[in-house]
Amino acid sequence: MNVLYFAWVRERIGVPREEVETGARTVNDLVVELRAREERYAAAFEDLSALRVAVDQTLVDFDTPLDGAREVAFFPPMTGG
Amino acid sequence: MRISVQEAAFDLGQEAADFAAGRADMGAIVTFTGVVRDLPGDPLDVMEIEHYPGMTEAALTDMAQQAVTRFSLGDVLVIHRFGALKPGEMIMMVATAAPHRKDAFAAAEFLMDYLKSRAPFWKREVTAQGGDWVAAKDEDEAALDRWS
Repeated sequence: MNVLYFAWVRERIGVPREEVETGARTVNDLVVELRAREERYAAAFEDLSALRVAVDQTLVDFDTPLDGAREVAFFPPMTGG
Repeated sequence: MRISVQEAAFDLGQEAADFAAGRADMGAIVTFTGVVRDLPGDPLDVMEIEHYPGMTEAALTDMAQQAVTRFSLGDVLVIHRFGALKPGEMIMMVATAAPHRKDAFAAAEFLMDYLKSRAPFWKREVTAQGGDWVAAKDEDEAALDRWS
């Protein structure tokens, strides 16, 4: 699965995207797996209320299932306009 | 309907003129333009705008389609830039065309409210003191409530 990071999440983790082998059933499960990897992931995912997530380029909640998902992106609340 | 996510500057006058041209059925054209604002006390060097290629275009298209349906628009234009922008540069514009002004104004506001917190852009302000990601404002999120 392709995992993408934007803005300060990208800076904290240190890469804009990576291929992740995972059996995670939901976004929350994926977050638990990522947090356990290294300190920089734990730091980035410390407060989920400060994060938003998109699955296959659609904004979703963290309890969303990942069945068949190809791309998951994590980022802070958006500041467009 | 036209959606453009671009690094290059745009010509507001030309875009507005092109959008408004030949619309005998539309009595109202509204345009809104967002400009990079300098910071009082800590002059802004650049505003860096990051986005999520692919999702950005999809999200803007979805918002524009919703605006067309909801406000009976004849047409809509959204241009949003990314990259490094200087104070005074135009970041984005929306234009709406409707038979009457009330719908054209409301649609422009609807689009701006959604763009602020639902389009995947992130702003970073760079000054002599360093760079800071712009935090989303609670009031921007709350602004969406009036449309639900």
